[in-house]
Amino acid sequence: MSSIVETPPDEREETLVEENTTTATYSQRQLIWRRFKKHRAGVIGGCVVIFLYICVFLGEFLSPHDPAHRYYDYVHLPAQRIHIFSQDGIHWPFVYGIKKSFDLQTGVKTYTEDASVRYPIYPFARGAQYTFYGLFTTDIHLFGTGKDNPMFLLGTDRFGRDMLSRIIAGGRISLTIGLLAVFISLTLGSTLGVISGYYGGNIDNIIQRIIELIFAFPSIPILMALSAILPPEWPSHLVFMGIVTVLALVGWGGLAREIRGKTLSIRESDFVLAARVAGARDRRIIFRHLLPSMFSHIIVIATLAIPGFILGESTLSFLGLGIKPPMTSWGLLLSDAMNIHSLSLYPWLLIPGVCIIIAVLAFNFLGDGLRDAADPYSSR
Amino acid sequence: MTNYIIRRLLHMIPTLILISMVSFVVIQAPPGDMLTSRLAELAEQGELGSESAMAQIGALRERYGLNDPIYVQYIHWIWKIVSKGDFGQSFTYEMDVMELLAERLGLTLTLTLSTLIFTWIVAIPIGIYSATRQYSIGDYGFTFLGFIGLATPNFLLALVIMFIQVAVFEAESVGGLLSPEYIGAAWTWAKFIDLLKHIWVPIIVIGTGSTAGIIRIMRGNLLDILGQQHIQTGRAKGLKEGKVIVKYGVRIAINPLVSRLGLELPNLLSGAVVTGIVLGLPTAGPIFLTALTSQDMYLAGAFLLLAATFLLIGNLLADILLAWLDPRIRYE
Repeated sequence: MSSIVETPPDEREETLVEENTTTATYSQRQLIWRRFKKHRAGVIGGCVVIFLYICVFLGEFLSPHDPAHRYYDYVHLPAQRIHIFSQDGIHWPFVYGIKKSFDLQTGVKTYTEDASVRYPIYPFARGAQYTFYGLFTTDIHLFGTGKDNPMFLLGTDRFGRDMLSRIIAGGRISLTIGLLAVFISLTLGSTLGVISGYYGGNIDNIIQRIIELIFAFPSIPILMALSAILPPEWPSHLVFMGIVTVLALVGWGGLAREIRGKTLSIRESDFVLAARVAGARDRRIIFRHLLPSMFSHIIVIATLAIPGFILGESTLSFLGLGIKPPMTSWGLLLSDAMNIHSLSLYPWLLIPGVCIIIAVLAFNFLGDGLRDAADPYSSR
Repeated sequence: MTNYIIRRLLHMIPTLILISMVSFVVIQAPPGDMLTSRLAELAEQGELGSESAMAQIGALRERYGLNDPIYVQYIHWIWKIVSKGDFGQSFTYEMDVMELLAERLGLTLTLTLSTLIFTWIVAIPIGIYSATRQYSIGDYGFTFLGFIGLATPNFLLALVIMFIQVAVFEAESVGGLLSPEYIGAAWTWAKFIDLLKHIWVPIIVIGTGSTAGIIRIMRGNLLDILGQQHIQTGRAKGLKEGKVIVKYGVRIAINPLVSRLGLELPNLLSGAVVTGIVLGLPTAGPIFLTALTSQDMYLAGAFLLLAATFLLIGNLLADILLAWLDPRIRYE
């Protein structure tokens, strides 16, 4: 397809206006890119998605603490503020030390800033040791105040674990699950969708009935029931794979339907007929002609499906049927805020929810932008 | 029309059979059965291995038919449901499943349907507003809110609203459907008012996502239709703008929404389950979660089966409504 070179319609108009200029020609890929760049929300969404994945890829390097380390002295510490000014003047950005006081009468613990101690935040500071994807072991973090010095920019949870580090660790799981689930359900969905649309008849009927059966159940309850099947004694990495499978099993139907519709619309087009006349077998037509020509649409469908998987995973984990410790995810982090008591006293436990919203929004905008760009020959 | 309805009803039967099989398999699939937890309980009390305990377990196994092959168990299960409406016993609550679920399921469905009405009442006027004032500040505002609404999972919205109630309005009782003093009390006017004071929270939580979706579709549909020729004809005839929009535009733009009812209902029901759990409502949601975690198979299976049946009926009603509303649809 990329060998097709055509003058884009808007370019033609320009050349009509400005005569004597050489006509520019663009490949389809360039056309898609040009159209995508015009969709501002899509570009912003794309940047946010890339940023999020870089963040969770760098994981341990970005997070100032070991997400599993419990600072029992700083349980439920509110977010600390970064200061530049003190009574003594301007400094390198720093956080104050923490003074803990305990009201014997009410039993309420309060934390106040200890103005006598300053911990400057240095880039590439040393902290907890970690192994970066099994490649090398180091204790250098992007920023920090040195090992075991308090710096909890988003507060701590009920075991005194650093929220920022946990949100990064949770994001790694939440965002990976979205990608893996979409990959599996897309493989399943596009294969079955193309077969269903290309062959029609009985095969089509059976596949459509199966999809109808999946859609007959409300999604969250059936997800809950399927995740409850996972044996409780499974370690957390197996549960992780299990949840991905469950999400994909419930989620492929919608993708298959869209791809079936697309197949139906191009099944009779000239290039497919030409291939058939040239004696190509069904398998060749499906894998060399139909699927590649739908590739850009498949990417769009996939991008728009990821938010659903992220939301599904977070709901399951929130309800205690999803990811289990020591792994964590945004949904699981939010389950700490489930009771109204901790919610009102420790509102910073809701921050992972902000991450979910940002990630879902970014994927939705990116998908919208890609959808506009996927068909660069249509006029808007 | 009657023909069409009868045909659709007949079509539902194989689907229902498949649904019941899936419900049964899903609930049977966990390793062990509900007696496993009872065994663990006995082991804790140090009574495991004692003759009386084993006899007790054996008797229970026999009574619940746990020794039979799975298809026999399935046939027993479905036969009792079809012939007597008996969904079996809940093991954890030691009650009839139907007795346990009836009121809660009723509340869940009431909540779902009220939310459905709420979303339409809110979303359609906003959709019309957005379409007739395209690219105005209000349009952008609603579009933005709509995106946020679609991106926020139900449970998070429930948490945020609870937080606002406590932190901003200093509410004393949060969550639930009734204040503590009215629970179990006879229905009075005061109790009804109290219910209204509570029920808006779950309705907003469940409905926000759908509302956002409907606004988006309504806006798009109406914009498409307002560009068509019959609208121009209406205006050329000198009809009032309001009449053109409502009778010539909205009348057609609503049809695709009716056909989407079938897609909307499962989402709302899912939302009602999650929201019920987070807000601690006396709906089927919390019971379903407990049933799943304690492997109370008859209870969980009954809920799945009833929920899917409800959706099937909802779908059918939506299709009939659409056929009735839109004369272009043929029921061949």
